[in-house]
Formats: sequence, C-alpha cells, structure tokens
Amino acid sequence: MKPGARASSPLFPEPKQERAGSPRSVGAPGSPATPAAPFLRRLITPEGLDLRLTLASAGERASAYLLDLTIMAAALITLTILAIVFGLAVGEEGQEVIAMIWLLGAFLLRNGYFILFELSGRAATPGKRGLGLRVVARDGGRLTAEAIFTRNAMREIEVFLPLTFLLASSVAGDPVDGVMASLALIWSGCFLLFPLFNRDRLRLGDLVAGTWVVRVARARLLADLAAGAAEGAPRFVFTLDQASAYGVKELELLEEVLRRRDRQALTAVAARIRTKIAFAQPPGETAGGDPKGDTDEAFLTAYYGALRGRLEQRLLFGHRRRDKFDKA
Amino acid sequence: MSALTLRSRRFRVEREADWRRLEALLAKGEGGRTAALSVDELIALPLLYRAAVSSLSVARAISLDAALIAYLEGLVTRAYFFVYGTRARLRERLVRFFRVDWPAAVRTLWRETAVSAAILTVAALAGYLLVSRDADWYGAIMPGEMTQGRDPTATTAFLRSVLYDAHQQKGLSAFATFLFTHNAQIAILAFALGFAFCLPTALLVAQNGLSLGALIALYASRGLLLPLTGWLFIHGVTELLATILAGAAGFRIGWAVMFPGSRARLDAVAAAGRTAGAAMAGVVVMLVIAGVLEGVGRQVILLDWARWTIAAVSLVVWLAYFYAPRPQRGR
Repeated sequence: MKPGARASSPLFPEPKQERAGSPRSVGAPGSPATPAAPFLRRLITPEGLDLRLTLASAGERASAYLLDLTIMAAALITLTILAIVFGLAVGEEGQEVIAMIWLLGAFLLRNGYFILFELSGRAATPGKRGLGLRVVARDGGRLTAEAIFTRNAMREIEVFLPLTFLLASSVAGDPVDGVMASLALIWSGCFLLFPLFNRDRLRLGDLVAGTWVVRVARARLLADLAAGAAEGAPRFVFTLDQASAYGVKELELLEEVLRRRDRQALTAVAARIRTKIAFAQPPGETAGGDPKGDTDEAFLTAYYGALRGRLEQRLLFGHRRRDKFDKA
Repeated sequence: MSALTLRSRRFRVEREADWRRLEALLAKGEGGRTAALSVDELIALPLLYRAAVSSLSVARAISLDAALIAYLEGLVTRAYFFVYGTRARLRERLVRFFRVDWPAAVRTLWRETAVSAAILTVAALAGYLLVSRDADWYGAIMPGEMTQGRDPTATTAFLRSVLYDAHQQKGLSAFATFLFTHNAQIAILAFALGFAFCLPTALLVAQNGLSLGALIALYASRGLLLPLTGWLFIHGVTELLATILAGAAGFRIGWAVMFPGSRARLDAVAAAGRTAGAAMAGVVVMLVIAGVLEGVGRQVILLDWARWTIAAVSLVVWLAYFYAPRPQRGR
C-alpha cells in the first residue's frame, strides 16, 4: 500500500479536513446540522480545539438589556433620592458638591455602566450574566478596552438618539417639526433594529468594535446514566442485534427521557423499544407492572447502556450512526 | 463483566476530579479578583485547562454522553476566556494607554483630523463672515439657550462684563461638571454618528465652528476681540481639539463603512472602530480638562495675558504630546 493511500483512508482522516470547509462542519463531525447550527460559530483555541460557541439570540440580548436598564434606572432613582435628601440636610454650602456628585454619577451611569462591567473578567454586565452571556472578540483574540469602549459608545445612536427623536416627535407643536422628528425617528430606529437583520445578531456597536455576544453555558456535570446501566446489567441482557436497533439521535432522546423521569413518557418509550427490538421479558419481570414501578426505568437505563456501548464501539471504528435509518 | 465496561464511562471516571477542580478554581477566579487564587492554584489552572481541552477533544470523538459533552464545552469555554482573557492590571493598562496607545491612535487618524479641522475652520470663517455682514445671522446660527443674553442687541458693557464676570464664586465646580458632561455627551454622539456615512458628524463639527465664528464676529464688532480670545481659548484650545478628534474618530468609522478598501467591510469597520475608539476614550479625558479650565480656571483667572498663556501652553502641550516624534523604545 502506498503511504498516500493510507493517509486518506477513513481510519486515518487528516485532521485538517475536519476543520476546513463550509460552515456546516461546525457541527459534530459527520453529524447533520442541528436546528441550533445557524447560531454556532467556531473559535479555534491555540490548542487547536473548536469551542463551537453559540451566539446569543435577539430575545436573550433584549432581555439582558432590559435587565440592565432596570438596574440603571433603579441606581439613578436611588442616586437622585439620596441627592435630594442630603441636599436638604446640608443646606446651601454643600449643595454644590451634591450637584456635582449627581451630575458625575448620572454621566458615569449612562456611559460607564456597560463599559466598566464589560471590562471585568467575565466581560458581561449583570443583565448579561443573568442570562449567561458574554462579549467576545469576533476574531477570537483578546477583548480589548478600545473595543468595549467603542461598542458601548455606539449605544448613543442606537438608543439615545431614537429616544431623543421620540421625545421630540411627541412634544413637537409645529406639524412640520413633528413630521421631521418622526422621519428622524424612523431613520434612527434602523440602528436600533439592526441586530434583527444580520445573521450574526450584531448590534451596531458589535459591528464597529468587532465583537459579538455568545452564550457561556454553566452546565452542571450530571450523573452518568451508564453508571446506572452497569448496575442493572444482570437484570437485562441484550443481543448484539437488539443493541444495534437505533442511532445517536435516538440515544440522545432516550437520555433526555431518562433524565426527565416522567413516568408516562418512560412507560411509553419502554413499550415502543420492547416492541421494536422484540425483547423477551426475563422471568420475574413484567412490563410496567412492577409494584415499585421502576421496571420501565431500569429497562430503559439498561438499554441505554447497551445502545451507547454499541454505538461508541462503532464510533471507535470510525462510524457514527446518525439515527435508526442510517443503515451503513 | 466489570462495572466499567464502557470506555466513555471509564474515561469520565478517570478525569472527573480534574474537571471539578478546574470548575472550582474558575468559580473562585471569576469572582473578579485574580488575587483570590493562590500561587499553586494559578500554576495549576492552565494545566487543568489544557487537560480539559484534551478531554473535550477526546469526548467528542469517543463519547455519546450528550450531557457530558455539554458540560465539558461549557467548562472549556469558560476556562479559555479565563486563561486567555485580558489579564494586565488596570494601572498598567492606563499607563500604557496614555504613554502609547492614545497618541498612537491619534497619529493614525491624522488624515481625518486634518479634514475635521478644516471643516471646523471653514465653518468658523463662514460664521464670522455671515455675522459681520448681517447681524441677523447671529440668531440663526446660535441656539437660543446658548446665547445667555450675548446677542447683537446687547450693550458693549454687558458683553464685556460676561468676559470678566467672576460669576459668583459659588457654583463653579458644579458648573464645570455640567460643562464636562454636556460636552462629553455631544462628543460621544458625534463619534457614534460617524457610522452614518460621516455626514451627521460633519454637521455637528460644522455647527461648532459656525457658532464659534458668530461669537467672534459679535465681539469683534464691539472692539472686544482680544479679550474674547482669552476668554474663549483658555479652555477652547483643549475643547476644540477634542471636538476635532471626536469628529476625526467618527470619520474614520464612516469612511471604513463606505470604502472598506481591500478588506472585507466587516473587518475594515472593526479595525477602524478600534483605532477610533482608542482616540475617543482619550477625548473624554480631554473634555474633563477642558471642563475644569472653563468652569474653574476661566472664572478665577481674569487677566488676559494669563488666559493667553494658558491657551498657548495647552496648545503646545497637546500638539507635542500627540505628534512630537518619540524615541523608539528598543524592546
């Protein structure tokens, strides 16, 4: 065999092939694009691993922003109340200092809130943290202070400019002024709705600063279902054919069903699998009829272990069986 | 049949402790202060991160445990940003910004700065000519609330009193603060408006120039030109420079939007945005200084020559700071 032929065999795939190519290859190698795939973006670490970041959806962005606005409004109201209270308390002399503090505080709140929080290690405002989002440089490099400043300075035309025109159009006495202000409102509204019209959900500020906002999931490490399968192994034994009835998609569904532990779903799924693989009840087991009610769950857990074992075995030999229709 | 038949399960059992440790360290470190981590932990963190990277890579290849892969992806992503995120201390970053980044960004913007300065100058000339020909223009150029009684109908004595009125000594610092916040907000707006193809930014800069010219024309017509320059430029040098730079930063972005050159538009805009952003952050600092000079310095210093000196010194200092050639530091 020639060395070249060996390098291109499926057993020894070139690592490059996996990474290069169309955006579809951001999904798991060989797997079809999942419904979430349009929002998957690659970020190759210096170690050569693709982190497969998920972009935040427009809804999440809006919720985070509203959350931040609420916090800012609360802070401003508190600041104002404090200023009034102290202003009344200190009399003429100190009022100037209080006016200064209020002016600076309001300015800092309007311009500094986003910048300071995004400069911190988590690169997220409290609103974004609440929704599990963070700001990331689009090129995968460091998020610089300039980028953070720029992306937030642009809020001036995204939010405050439309707001100004909104106020102007609602208080305009002259009809011509009113029309002008409404036109200006439409013009500036385009900046506000910008994220809805591009596939990366870029805000104007993101566009100019070269950033985007991604989801950083804080998933907990759940118990390994295969551990339960190992315990149940003596109770249920599956043949190779039975363990090969399904593919990865069904395995993941089964995992979800087992984790949710909804009794009805467990019974229904167990019944369907028993029929599909023509499973003969071992003596002493009745389908769904155990007084403790855990036969179905035990069966499914055991089958999960068997199916995963079989599929992973085939995975090691280079074949990832997508679903039950994948015959290869 | 052993309890650990599944390879993927054995794989997980062997490495789980390391992942949990990395998770705990991240939770500690992400709290904000890197100082929360001990030296040993700081040394361990990158190692644990690399181990987790390799775990994820292997898990994707051999494991079909969706929950495990989701967990590892979240963990590695968090660790990646922690390990490779910005780490320089705030003080070092600030020093670097004022010593290197800001002047460098301003120098890169020299073309835009020239255009912005030209717009301001032409507008000021236009404002001057218009008002000196026909004083009615003054009302059209100056927004009503800005005149504060300084209009062509005012008496010369009143106009002079504005220049030397020490106000009441009270309220100076609040006044300075107000001037700063107001001007800074306008400057940030001018910068952001650059995105809309430069035009709104140019308008804002031109409006500044027009009112400057109009004011000069008004005072010149009463023979108060020299005192006015002292009153105006004690802070005006800094403020007008800041205006010019804010305009220039806006132009840089708008220009990249229109003419991205050989790069993709998105990349060109992002690069322009970063340069302009660095220059713009400094402009806010300039406006703080201008606010102090205007709100306090001008009210306290009433001698013309002292005002001129400050104006001249600030001009020289700013220009030298931005444009003077500096020694190449070999490192």
